[in-house]
Amino acid sequence: MTIENLKYRFDNGTPIQGATAIVGVLGSGNLEVMVEPAALGGACEIEVSTAARGFGTIWQAVMKDFFTRHRAGDIRISVNDAGATPAIVSLRLDQAIETFKGQRKT
Amino acid sequence: MTRSYYESNARARIDALLDADSFHEWLPADARVTSPHLATLELPAAFDDGVVIGRGSIAGKQIFIAAQEGGFMGGAVGEVHGAKIVGVLERAVRDHPAAVLLLLETGGVRLQEANAGLIAVSEVMRAILSARAAGVPVIVAIGGQYGCFGGMGIAARCASTIIMSEEGRLGLSGPEVIETARGVEEYDARDRALVWRTVGGKHRYLLGECDVIVPDSMAAFQQAIIASINNGDAWTLAALEQEHEILSERVQRFGKCKDGRDIWRELGWAEPDAIAMLDNDEFVKAAQGRRAK
Amino acid sequence: MPNPTEKIWDHERQRRNRKLSRAAAALGASLRDKVVPADMAVPLLESVIEPGDRVCLEGNNQKQADFLAQALTRVDPARVNKLHMLQSVLALPEHLDLYELGIAEQVDFSFSGPQAARLARMVGKNQIRIGAIHTYLELFSRYFVDLTPHVALVAAQSADAQGNLYTGPNTEDTPAIVEATAFKNGIVIAQVNELVDKVPRVDIPGDWVDFVIPSPQPHYIEPLFTRDPAQISEIQVLMAMMAIKGIYAEYGVQRLNHGIGFDTAAIELLLPTYAASLGLKGRICSHWALNPHPTMIPAIEAGFVKSIHSFGSELGMENYIAARPDVFFTGPDGTMRSNRAFSQAAGHYACDLFIGSTLQIDLAGNSSTATLDRISGFGGAPNMGADAAGRRHASPAWLRAGEQRRTQQPGIPRGRKLVVQMVETFREHMQPAFVAELDAWKLAEFANMPIPPVMIYGDDVTHILTEEGIANLLLCANAEEREQAIRGVAGYTEMGLGRDLRMVENLRDRGVIRRAEDLGIDKRDATRDLLAARSIKDLVRASGGLYQPPVRFRNW
Repeated sequence: MTIENLKYRFDNGTPIQGATAIVGVLGSGNLEVMVEPAALGGACEIEVSTAARGFGTIWQAVMKDFFTRHRAGDIRISVNDAGATPAIVSLRLDQAIETFKGQRKT
Repeated sequence: MTRSYYESNARARIDALLDADSFHEWLPADARVTSPHLATLELPAAFDDGVVIGRGSIAGKQIFIAAQEGGFMGGAVGEVHGAKIVGVLERAVRDHPAAVLLLLETGGVRLQEANAGLIAVSEVMRAILSARAAGVPVIVAIGGQYGCFGGMGIAARCASTIIMSEEGRLGLSGPEVIETARGVEEYDARDRALVWRTVGGKHRYLLGECDVIVPDSMAAFQQAIIASINNGDAWTLAALEQEHEILSERVQRFGKCKDGRDIWRELGWAEPDAIAMLDNDEFVKAAQGRRAK
Repeated sequence: MPNPTEKIWDHERQRRNRKLSRAAAALGASLRDKVVPADMAVPLLESVIEPGDRVCLEGNNQKQADFLAQALTRVDPARVNKLHMLQSVLALPEHLDLYELGIAEQVDFSFSGPQAARLARMVGKNQIRIGAIHTYLELFSRYFVDLTPHVALVAAQSADAQGNLYTGPNTEDTPAIVEATAFKNGIVIAQVNELVDKVPRVDIPGDWVDFVIPSPQPHYIEPLFTRDPAQISEIQVLMAMMAIKGIYAEYGVQRLNHGIGFDTAAIELLLPTYAASLGLKGRICSHWALNPHPTMIPAIEAGFVKSIHSFGSELGMENYIAARPDVFFTGPDGTMRSNRAFSQAAGHYACDLFIGSTLQIDLAGNSSTATLDRISGFGGAPNMGADAAGRRHASPAWLRAGEQRRTQQPGIPRGRKLVVQMVETFREHMQPAFVAELDAWKLAEFANMPIPPVMIYGDDVTHILTEEGIANLLLCANAEEREQAIRGVAGYTEMGLGRDLRMVENLRDRGVIRRAEDLGIDKRDATRDLLAARSIKDLVRASGGLYQPPVRFRNW
């Protein structure tokens, strides 16, 4: 099992305020998603490290839909994936954004 | 509906057990202190190497905490993972919090990290004893899906207090390891009733290895933790010698038992098979005077 | 006055009598009444089975005539060979050993679950000939037409010396098999767990049974329908919410069958919580053709369920069932009786809805669980997952579905069964559930089958439910719309990504495709907290301690 690294960038999002959030667990069929604030001029950068190789097209579509749903800018999203299905990935991404927005800074 | 400790991950446990907004994480996920060994092997590495550490408060008392994530590689201890736990304990020696809380969920050493993992586990044991020697109680909670096994099973027993739920398991070799090494006739790891009679929370409570048994809810774990902090840690040479005496008596008394059931019968349970289905309160009440310690 | 040219009309009976005489000679004094000691099983089989006989070896979903299966592998292939085996389920290794040992050569069956991979390998090597792969009702039906067994080897809980059998909660296929065999000059041999003076109730009359063998070990029973709630995912909770609100409530489904799996287990566990919160208690899910799923316990306890008739029982549920005679079909002895043939018929004709999972769905809605390296068969799903074209009685759900179909295909008023396929768009390891071509086609070619082994035909399916939404195929005007409706819920699979976005949006506007938000379901509510039980222990508690799960499902 070797890792595949994928990178995506979506421009022209609406900057969102929040604090670093992490949801999910890097366990079989699951993934962990971290959202960090980043001054990216309204862009959303996503970096995926996945144990399941060869699903780039699907990741691209999932991430594009995610960005369309939230249009969240000025964030960096990092994903460690252990073969989660797109349904789980979308769910974790949504949860991560909710947590990012809802979290108070400590 | 009660929040289940068993079903929650490490971060959710910290969130539920500590006072609201009191947790401050050390080496948080965004510091990305990940395992160099897993990276070399091109295996996926978690941002926090499978353990969340930091400080916070419970019922207003300052505590340090380490929570293992069973979902990542079965909570296995690698070099970074182990060093994070050791760091918490060593800092406790310096800063004297009211307690160190270890939420353990682990199969033991992370095989991919071999010796580094082994050394890490032994360092955890030493650090637990150092913290206790410095007067800081170390409280272990076990109630996750993966139990607490391997060297970390020994480490748990070095602590001041062990709190378990019935679902929790504490042992040295895991059930599958025993079956592989000794054969299915000796130990059938798929017979989960047998597994729980051997390493499960109720059995550990009856043997006196687990000090407090609680139902599987965050609130119950939290209450037990608060009480344990208040009880502190009476760790003396006399207490240690007494523990040794209890252990040698135990070999005498139960050495020939083949099954948890035999031990329970010996402890005065007329219907050992009924124990499994007792709910926690009934069980604790019935266990008075019928524990090994 | 004998007429030398008179035709003989009892060849079969004469053959049966010859077999019985041979058996009497072989067994000698060891035969008492109808009871044969276990160590004489092989000589008995060698005397009553002739080369080329059709032998029905009872193997069901749960109960297995395992002792007789082993005995049959030990007969002398020089005496007993070329057998034509009839079996509901190919479950045990012995079932396939028979072909390697030169004892049997052809099989007609329904389901091969655990032996599916080995069966495919043996077919590839021409070691076994498959007559046909049937649905259960189809196979039972052929026992009464052109595949009547010469010898039936069955399993029962207990027997008396006269051969009266008590098959108990796991009666399953025994009545169908024995009736076909006993009344057409066949020979019936039963392995029993115990011999008793008086059976608790007579499930099979003794004069239909020729021999009874006390088995050295109780027959094997597989707990096939136990699903640990701990393994239900939040995606499955979401899909269950959509099933309840978007289909059960929409049509007022009262009579139904659930497939086996975590998807439908999630629905069962959401009845007392989510469905109750929608005010659906009493309005849906009152009558079932269903095995006693442990995950039904909370719904039963909550008063959702009026009646359950079962194909077979489920290990650990015995005491619970016995304590709920208002719900389950129990005998005068207090325990349940199951009967697969009747329950399958009930599922086909008397249920308004079937919902189940599958491995692959194509763009016409055909679904299959066959993969290239596994010949797994059908079991009963196609009997229930098919519109009952012979049905004549009406019910609100059936009429409503029929009305919807007539919006696209005008015709005389009649109803329609709801057949729902419920799948996540990707299974484990990113296997897509939606494909351009079913693996069944390749398997058919490889195994020389006359037709691809399709589990549920596309024209029987009314709804496809995924985490992305529900596609109502009744409302599709033509094949193109149907394809787009399916693509429209196929998520990020290649089939889903290949959708015509405009058409899919149009179908959504028309309510052909409905997403969670269209149904007023907030995805954030889809958590495991909605499950009425989150662990096997919760189920035990819900049953008041009556459910006793097999040890492999415990974590206490």
